[in-house]
Amino acid sequence: MTTSTSLAPGQPVNTQQELRQRTLLGDAARRFARNKLALVGLFIVTALILTAIFADFIAPFPYDAADPVNALQFPSSEHWMGTDEVGRDVYSRIVYGTRISLAVGLGVMAIALIIGVPLGLLAGLAGGPVDYIIMRVVEVFTAIPALMLALLLISVFGGGLYNVILALGIVAWLDACRLLRAQLLSLRERDFVLAAQTVGASKVRIAIRHLLPNAVAPLIVAVTIGIPVAIFAEAGLSFLGLGVNDPIPSWGKMVGNSLSYMRVYWYLGVFPTLAIAFTMLGFTFFGDGLRDAFDVSTNS
Amino acid sequence: MARYLLGRFAGILIVFFIVSVVVFLLMHAIPGGPYNEDKVPLSPEAKANYMRKYGLDRPLVEQYVLYMGNALRGDFGVPFQSPTETVTGLIARTWPVSASLGFAALLVAIPLGLLLGIIAATRQNTWLDYAASATSTLGLTVPNFVVAVWLVLLFAVQLKWLPTGGWGEWYHYIMPVAALALAPMALTARYTRTSILEVSRSDFIRTARAKGLSGRQIMTRHTLRNALIPLITVLGPQIPNLITGTIFIESIFRVPGLGKFFVTSILGRDYPMIMALLLLVAVVWSVVYLITDILYTIVDPRVRLGKSKS
Repeated sequence: MTTSTSLAPGQPVNTQQELRQRTLLGDAARRFARNKLALVGLFIVTALILTAIFADFIAPFPYDAADPVNALQFPSSEHWMGTDEVGRDVYSRIVYGTRISLAVGLGVMAIALIIGVPLGLLAGLAGGPVDYIIMRVVEVFTAIPALMLALLLISVFGGGLYNVILALGIVAWLDACRLLRAQLLSLRERDFVLAAQTVGASKVRIAIRHLLPNAVAPLIVAVTIGIPVAIFAEAGLSFLGLGVNDPIPSWGKMVGNSLSYMRVYWYLGVFPTLAIAFTMLGFTFFGDGLRDAFDVSTNS
Repeated sequence: MARYLLGRFAGILIVFFIVSVVVFLLMHAIPGGPYNEDKVPLSPEAKANYMRKYGLDRPLVEQYVLYMGNALRGDFGVPFQSPTETVTGLIARTWPVSASLGFAALLVAIPLGLLLGIIAATRQNTWLDYAASATSTLGLTVPNFVVAVWLVLLFAVQLKWLPTGGWGEWYHYIMPVAALALAPMALTARYTRTSILEVSRSDFIRTARAKGLSGRQIMTRHTLRNALIPLITVLGPQIPNLITGTIFIESIFRVPGLGKFFVTSILGRDYPMIMALLLLVAVVWSVVYLITDILYTIVDPRVRLGKSKS
């Protein structure tokens, strides 16, 4: 890493301070702050999180308050985004939908990590037959189309939000596992590992103190990039009517329902698709920004 | 090469076998069967008859061996959701529809993506570059069913230029192909741009410039040729998904393709159809991957298959 803070000639170099200033996180934060698109992403993601937390205060109506008399109302001052086919306020449903999308994004990645990280560690560190078996399992799961696997699992578990998250998590762990393994394999060959070996560090110590910390940044990046993918998958499943059940507000399901009304009630399709698009863009910008800031390559 | 192909083939077969067992077990683990009361009102006797007819009353191992044995002989059984035809017939009827959409999307996506990528790279850091990059970011992040809904709202509902969906006329291709093509186009554009910029910095481009070749000659003869190699690996994995049908696009535009059967076969516990679709996708994947690998050795003679690949 070349230093970017220039020192005036003759100025004494305070190594202690220098070390404290130039941490991995500090460097990453500085690079991140310089990236406009990443900041836009951070802004969108923060806004989404706040919306999800304070949905009760932001939404003017409950998400499940049906009012058949006022069904299919065009956007007005009372219902900013109109009402749906049973008279629920679309704006409120989109606000509450943030919760569902974020819960799915975070939940799926959490499950992916719970399964993927131990297996990736095992494959990358143990090598040999353990690695071979784990990689064949990964290969088998990759060969089954993701949508089909998710559907099969949802059919086995039954529907509902938690089972959708569980099923998508089981589909998503492959990337985390593959990435971690690839990282460990390449890190193992680096000079600092050789150096640690030379001074007599044990295998376990090398793994915990030297290999793992270096694999964390790529993993964080992979998780941030995986979140929009999971959100998209849930939206897709709910769009087909196979994800979360009524009256839980899922953007994907709102889009799916809008199809039958779209000739006249165009607003039913516009707002949830915009919500999905913005969320995807926000998380993608944020994830790409993190990737550039940590300077990791994600093509494994 | 021959040895490498043989090894690959054996590997594919093993994965096939395990995948088929896993899916077979998974689909039988789903509660309920194809002839349960919630799906078709049948008397217990009639249900038992059906179960016997399709061998569903036998032990799972026997069912598996029977199905795979028949499948190897080209008999994939009868789809429970459409018992008047065979699985093979149903796939032969619907797959060409999906495949034609997929190939049309590729035919649109690749040239357009190349064009966008080349423009972005040659006019680096101008508004053209930014516009092209913005387009490809949108194409890569916004889900295709969202794009499809926007297309319908704009061109069918507002402007009324196109019908909202349907199949049979040439204009029915326009919106689904556009929605399908956006993502691979964006991917092509992004990789073309990065790749061209990377190759432009290499020594042989400097040499070409030094010996006085024009910018256009350098681009077509030297830069592009080398820049396009990585695209093969990027685009390869896109192809199977595109040509085996996308349920979202097909259901929005009411295209009678293969896509919906990936869902209906699971919902209806249509075991023969599930297995057939799975095998179909697996075969398409392996073939595409094999072709990508072989293409790579042709385009880039430095790559040799079967030797120390890591």
